[in-house]
Amino acid sequence: MIDGTLGGPVDQEYLLQARQMQALSLGVHILIVCFGIAFPAMVLFLEGLWLRTGDPVYKAVAKRWSKAMIILFACGVVTGTILSFELGLLWPEFMATFGDVFGLAFGLEGFSFFMEAIFIAIYVYGWDRLPPRVHLACGAPIIIAGMTGALFVISVNGWMNKPEGFDIRDGEVVNVRPWEALFNDNFWHEFVHMYLAGIIVAGFIVAAVYAAGWLRGNRERRHRVGLVVALSFAALAAPAQLLVGDWAARTVAENQPTKLAVFEGLGPTEDGAPLHILGIYEDGEVKYGIELPKLLSLLAYHDPDARVQGLDAVSADDRPSDTGINIVRLAFQAMVFIGSGLAAIGVVFLWTWWRRRRLPQSPWFYRALVVAGPLSYVALLCGWITTEVGRQPWVVYEVMRTEDAVTGADGIPLGYGALVVVYLGLAGIAAVMLRRLARKPLEV
Amino acid sequence: MLADLAAVVIAIGLTAYVVLGGADFGTGIWDVTASGHEMRARIKRSMGPVWEANHVWLIFVLVMLWTAFPRAFGSITSTLALPLFVAAVGIILRGGAFALRGEAATIVESHSIGAVFAVSSVLVPFFLGAAVGGIASGRVPVGNAEGDAITSWWNETGVLVGLIAIVTGAHVAAVFLGADSHRAGQPDLVRAFRIRALGSGVVAGGLAIAGLFVVRSDAPDLYDGLTSDAGLACVIGSAAAGVITLALEWRSRFEPARYTAAAAVGAIVAGYVIAQQPYLLPPDLTVEEAAAPDATLAALLASVAVGLLILVPSLVWLFRLHLGGRLDTGSNT
Repeated sequence: MIDGTLGGPVDQEYLLQARQMQALSLGVHILIVCFGIAFPAMVLFLEGLWLRTGDPVYKAVAKRWSKAMIILFACGVVTGTILSFELGLLWPEFMATFGDVFGLAFGLEGFSFFMEAIFIAIYVYGWDRLPPRVHLACGAPIIIAGMTGALFVISVNGWMNKPEGFDIRDGEVVNVRPWEALFNDNFWHEFVHMYLAGIIVAGFIVAAVYAAGWLRGNRERRHRVGLVVALSFAALAAPAQLLVGDWAARTVAENQPTKLAVFEGLGPTEDGAPLHILGIYEDGEVKYGIELPKLLSLLAYHDPDARVQGLDAVSADDRPSDTGINIVRLAFQAMVFIGSGLAAIGVVFLWTWWRRRRLPQSPWFYRALVVAGPLSYVALLCGWITTEVGRQPWVVYEVMRTEDAVTGADGIPLGYGALVVVYLGLAGIAAVMLRRLARKPLEV
Repeated sequence: MLADLAAVVIAIGLTAYVVLGGADFGTGIWDVTASGHEMRARIKRSMGPVWEANHVWLIFVLVMLWTAFPRAFGSITSTLALPLFVAAVGIILRGGAFALRGEAATIVESHSIGAVFAVSSVLVPFFLGAAVGGIASGRVPVGNAEGDAITSWWNETGVLVGLIAIVTGAHVAAVFLGADSHRAGQPDLVRAFRIRALGSGVVAGGLAIAGLFVVRSDAPDLYDGLTSDAGLACVIGSAAAGVITLALEWRSRFEPARYTAAAAVGAIVAGYVIAQQPYLLPPDLTVEEAAAPDATLAALLASVAVGLLILVPSLVWLFRLHLGGRLDTGSNT
């Protein structure tokens, strides 16, 4: 156990609200992050096509998308600023005690953010002002910085789930090894999982916008180009995500067996543990679910008879509450279900494109795409709920409890309410801006 | 040693934010009091390509602070939760209002967006300044929300620093906008911003002088630091740079005025940082005591050194393109 360097636990009546507030801010920011990850690559791909073929439609779409990109990036700057504050405002004891262990990653992320801000500005404002090849080259740092930025933030989350790079002596953090904390065991799989998720979410949301237009009859070449490029990114990433998800689940099984047990709601430790679809976790077991025998063992260890540690291996204080377990189960299954659906859409598209050299013709394909956009975001949120609620009651897994990390300051409900209003306002503004942008005639 | 170096890095980031971010906020006042559409358009075009980068300095300061001085960071954010939260919300509102600026469909819409932009442009520097004033005057103790939630920042020094942040931001903004207008060949705007730069410069100077008296009674330790040795040198340097700025504006030398105005503000930040030595959270927590272990500081400083090698040339290029008018596309979002 650890004593916080600010003086240990405080009474905080609104711990749950503080958690929700943090989740809200992360949930808003992560959507924008997806566009930060994937949009620059899509835009650059289009610009590259333009430079190769000289076809002005590619350039027009790239230019249009780059303007949407900078609107979303501006939203990302302000929501990212709020997040940096919030980590301290809500979790001062966590930051005070472990800031020196995991902070290096955020320092590196800060530089990534800087590079992104600089080159997005040069890129978007530099259309037709810089020589074409220089302009194209300015896009590369945006892609790289988007990748490294995500990498370093994910590293911190990975560390919270597998805390490394320090020792605890007499309740104090000693012998800090920041590089070890940075490159923790969860670093790679969480990063790849999130990076692909970013491509999937941004790709499917952009594709959904074009699919809606398609159903309304907008089928000119520029719409077709927009649809195909966005959908290609998403369609390639979605099936790959299934494999990465498997990797992630096996890593959780190894590093955080209790968390894996939460995914299923597995009460006692079992050989050949089943997986229940739907149902409710109650009194140490899943009721009313559809049982698929041995599936959990198979998924977690690639062996149908493998032993899976149950929830009862740790005391009730050291695992999520029953409500938490049910939230995680639902979120986990929703993520897997939606993710599989997205992969199926991706395969249909890729197959049709490859074998028949054309887009699918059925309106149902486009209706599915319209739904897939928002659902991909839902799946992303479900994934984060799975990992974050599944980590409870720990903020630093098995080292510091969330309740010991929270602020002693008053006013959390007020701040929470204010933030909800502000985010709704921001969402409204972003929506208005993007709509206006979409209605402007395309400039070449 | 490493701790001091980390503190210097943070001070540099803070200076950059106060100058560049402060000027950015300062435009809000000139926007709401603008005499016409042309002036608002100038503001939008001057800010457009650089405002995101200017605001990343704040994030830079925050992450450096929590990595290098985690205990101070936790103490600051818990005791000063209120002003910091208001500032954070203000930053969101302002970003949103800025994005919508000039896009309004109706007069009412335009007025309300303008109001949000102006109000948040004043709120953010005031509350961030008040938070710094709270720290400087020794009202943020070590601990989880150990200090008073209100009086830690709502006090003479806090209010003073908040006001100085607003006014110096407005001054630097007017100087920058005047130079931008000059370069873009907009003589009417040059005249307008010249008057604003002179007026706000006089107000800022007066406020700074009056402020010394406030600090003398409210935060004597800070006052001693500001009136001796290197602290005093910074104060004098700031005053000199401020007077030179006014002289340059008077003689319509707008381009060099950019740099002297920035120097005047930068010297205030430097003076404050020096005056507070050796404390990070006066009167108890020193920079040395607050510092992360050497392994963390070394890793962080090494990363910063490498990062700056990439960042500085990029930033210089962005500002060269911007100040050279190469990114000025007029109606761009």
